This record gives sequence, structure tokens and C-alpha cells, in this order.
Amino acid sequence: MRSLTLEVPRGEVFGFLGPNGAGKTTSMRMLLGLAAPSDGRARVLGRPAGEVGTRRKIGFLPEHFSFYDWLTATELLQFHGRLYGVSRADLRRRAPALLDLVGLTDHADKRLRDFSKGMLQRIGLAQALLNDPELIFLDEPTSGLDPVGRRLVRDVIKAQRERGATVFLNSHLLSEVEITCDRVAFIKHGEVLETRELRGAAAEAMRISMRARKLSEEAVTGLSSWASSVRLEGERLTFTVDGADVLPEILRFLVGRGADVYEVTPLRTSLEELFLQIVGTDGGL
Amino acid sequence: MGTWIMAGVTFREAARKKVLWMALAAGAAFLCLFANGVYFQLKDLNPHTNIMLKRQGVGALMMVGLYAVDLMAVVMTVLTSVDTLSGELASGTIQAVATKPISRWELLLGKWLGFVGMVTAYVALMVGGVTAITYFLSLHRVGGVLPHHLLRGVGLIWLECILMLSLTFRMGASFSTLTNGVVALGLHGIAFVGGWIEQFAALSNSPRALKVGITASLIMPSEAMWRRAAFEMQSPLLNALGFSPFSALSVPSNFMILYACLYMALALALALRRFSQRDL
Repeated sequence: MRSLTLEVPRGEVFGFLGPNGAGKTTSMRMLLGLAAPSDGRARVLGRPAGEVGTRRKIGFLPEHFSFYDWLTATELLQFHGRLYGVSRADLRRRAPALLDLVGLTDHADKRLRDFSKGMLQRIGLAQALLNDPELIFLDEPTSGLDPVGRRLVRDVIKAQRERGATVFLNSHLLSEVEITCDRVAFIKHGEVLETRELRGAAAEAMRISMRARKLSEEAVTGLSSWASSVRLEGERLTFTVDGADVLPEILRFLVGRGADVYEVTPLRTSLEELFLQIVGTDGGL
Repeated sequence: MGTWIMAGVTFREAARKKVLWMALAAGAAFLCLFANGVYFQLKDLNPHTNIMLKRQGVGALMMVGLYAVDLMAVVMTVLTSVDTLSGELASGTIQAVATKPISRWELLLGKWLGFVGMVTAYVALMVGGVTAITYFLSLHRVGGVLPHHLLRGVGLIWLECILMLSLTFRMGASFSTLTNGVVALGLHGIAFVGGWIEQFAALSNSPRALKVGITASLIMPSEAMWRRAAFEMQSPLLNALGFSPFSALSVPSNFMILYACLYMALALALALRRFSQRDL
């Protein structure tokens, strides 16, 4: 890590993106107290990172969840629940509910050694939710999961957001991140390159590409009332607006100033394209 | 609380290790062999031999049995515990636990206690087996032979195993399973050879060789605990006669027992410190 500066507000679903070796898992390990930073400090839920008491409110799914393979799914949840301080009575209620949530009810008494990679990931997700955490760290939660499992993870994240929990998500599956996250940070060589809103006002901003003729200088200048970063190259006019609502007004304005408009295209940048733009195609290696 | 939860799951984990069951199977086979040995020794004893001598003969065989138990217990302790930290660190299993509201020292102490439980059960079972076989087989013919100070002996064998356990925990907090095993058994090897050097040095009255032996025991006091245990369990007559392989020609002192306790406590404390500070 170099100079990682990051803030995630409560209740946000936050995506932490970056190429292999960028430091995503290391950052998560430092926030969880599994690794100590050589310099700098981090606070989690208002307390110094790694504090034992704070961990009562935190859930964590490691990238490759594994545990004693002789335990059954139910026994695993009971063991981890007891570490969280959940009473036995509560656990008798919560363990079946969580097994149901992750689709493992039929495998409740099966030993982990007979679990597939995807099933281990599901039981790992269940143990991360045992304590109704305020903050959940998910390190590549969809790794090893089939499309049904990925959908399940998405639903779980959505449910946690609705519950008011904060989710800190490391993932390579950008399409998943695009659907689930409120905000993402792009990290490379242990440094945050950029953060982007995927929901809310900032996410509504869009770049528009327009093909038009007879564009007067006055018309182009006048666009600044609704748009920013206005550029004209030949017949191609590009500009950024806060939302699609202003587009009809812009069109009326331009046509009113004598312009002939042939084409209006919103330039949607997928998260993957954004990732490649920000992080670069070398993958940071 | 977290310590006891960890101790419980670790005891169950340790109890599931194949090496423990192999050690128990080997132990059971050994006890059968031992029982046969004692049975035929007693049966073939010259009826005219003095009963006192018969008892000493049976007692000497019992000491051989206890020595074998001591060796098996030490090896079993090292082999079952050698990968508990390094293995779980390598597989990442430990991360799921270390991120729960349990401090690192509770986690490590819990694991240690789990193994202590398993080692205690093994030592009790094996020493109890040898003692019971010897006593009941000899009851009819020579009136039952028992170790002179059984509890002191068992306690010292147990201390030897717990010392080895604490050492593997300390090494496991820093090194790989293989390195840990090599170092732990290597140190016990030094103690083993040192113990015999000390015995022969006492026999040949060589103070310099005696120093070499004692130095080896200070480097690793495990074998010294067996020699003291042998002294405690063997009959005073055998100790005095000196014709048993475990004759106490040079008996480790109370200071050496205290030293072993401190050694064990220090190894555990350093394991706790290292484990609390390292990245997982």
C-alpha cells in the first residue's frame, strides 16, 4: 500500500475495484485487524481498526472461505455464532433461517468436506451475517458461484442495504458491482486513483454526443446554461449534462438557433470501460 | 469465553486427526505386546526366586513400558500440533475466526488448551494402561506392582509433553509446519542424547561430560523430565541398584523441573506475543 485514503459512509454499498495485486485484499485485512499497517491509521465504525469489541458488529466473508471440514453446516454456524456471543437460543432460530437464506437448508447436516466451492462460499456468507452486522466485508463473494449463487449474493447485499448496513465489497465481477454498489473506488498499486458514484445525482450525469450542422457560435456558447465540457469537432458536438431531463430543452434551443440536428446519442460508459480507462489496460502489473 | 469455545473446537479438531488415531492404534498394539511380555515374564519366573526380586523384574519391565509411552506421547504431541497454527495460517482458515470478537491471545490460548486436553487424555490412557496391565497381571503372583510415585511420574511425563506442545506453538506462530516439526523434534533429539550423555558421564565419573549433558538439558529440558519421572516411578531399590536402564545415576533436580515449567511458560508467552503481532 502507498497512500490509501478512503472514507465509506454508513449505509453505503461500496465497491473496491482494482487489478490483481492492487492491494484490495490487503486493505480489507488491515481494516479487519488481520494485518497491521506500517504507517497511517484507519477507523472502522468510529473505532480504531481491528478493535475486538467492534468486531462484534462486523461480518466478514474471506475470498476462499474454508473451515474445519468435519463440521456440518449447522455446527459451523453454531460455532461462529457463539464466537459472536449469540445465545444458544438465538442460534437455534438464526442458523436455520440463514441456511434457508443461502439455499443450504437441505445440506444443514452435511459435512463441509462434502461441500462444493460454491456451497462453501454460501455457508461463508451465512456465517458473515450471523450477528446482523452493521458492516460487512465481502472479499470476492461471487467467486466460485454459479449464476443462481451470484444472484443470491446480489439479493443479500440489497437486503443488507435496506437494513441500513454498510457493505464493503471487493470484486472483479464489474457487472455485479455495477448493479449492487452505490459508489466505487478504483485502486492501483495501493493507491486510490478515483472514486465514482454509481447511484444518486453524480451518477445521473451523462455525456452526450450530437451530430449537427449549421451550429452557430452563439448556439454552442449558449449550451453552457445546461451543459458543461462542451466541445465541437466538425459536425460532432459533445457535452455533459446532469440528466436526460434537459435534453428536449437543449434540442429546442439549438433548433431555434437554426441548427440541423441529425443524431443525439447518450454516451454510456460501462464500469468495465471506466475501469480500463482509469486503471489502464496493463492491469497494473 | 472465547478461549473455551476455541478450546472445545480445537480438542475436537485434534481428536479427529489421523495421527492421533494412529498413535492410539499403535498404543493399543503396544499395550497388547506389553501385556504379553509381562504375562510370560511372570509365568516363566522361577518359582524359587525371591518374591522381592520378582517384583523388581516386573517393575523394570513396567519402566520400559512407561519409557515407550513417554516417547510415543512426545512424538504424538508434536505431530498432532505441529500444523495447527502454520496450517491454518496457510489455508486462511484462521481468518474466519480471527475476525470474530475474540482477541488473538484468547484464540491461541484456546487452541493450546484444546491440545492440552487431548495430550492429557492420551498420557492418562497410555500410562494408565501400562500401570493397570502390570498391576493386574502381577497381582496374583507377586502381589501387584505399581510405580513408586505414579502421580509424580505422570505429572512429569505430562509436563514434558506440554513443554513440547508449547514449543511447537511458539515455532508454529512464526514458521512453516515442516520447519516447526524439524526444530521441535531436533531439540528433543538434543535433549535425548544429552540425557544419555549425562547418565554415562555419571557412570564413568566424568564431570566435563556431565556438564555437556546438563547443557543439553538446559537447551531442551524435555528428556530430563522423563529421567526425573523414571526416578520417581521406579522402585527405590532399582534406583539404588542401578541395573535398570533408567537408574538415576544423575537425577534431574527440582530446579530442572522449575526450569522446564518456566521454559514451557516462556514458550507459550512468546507464542502468544508473536501470534498477537503477526499478520494473518
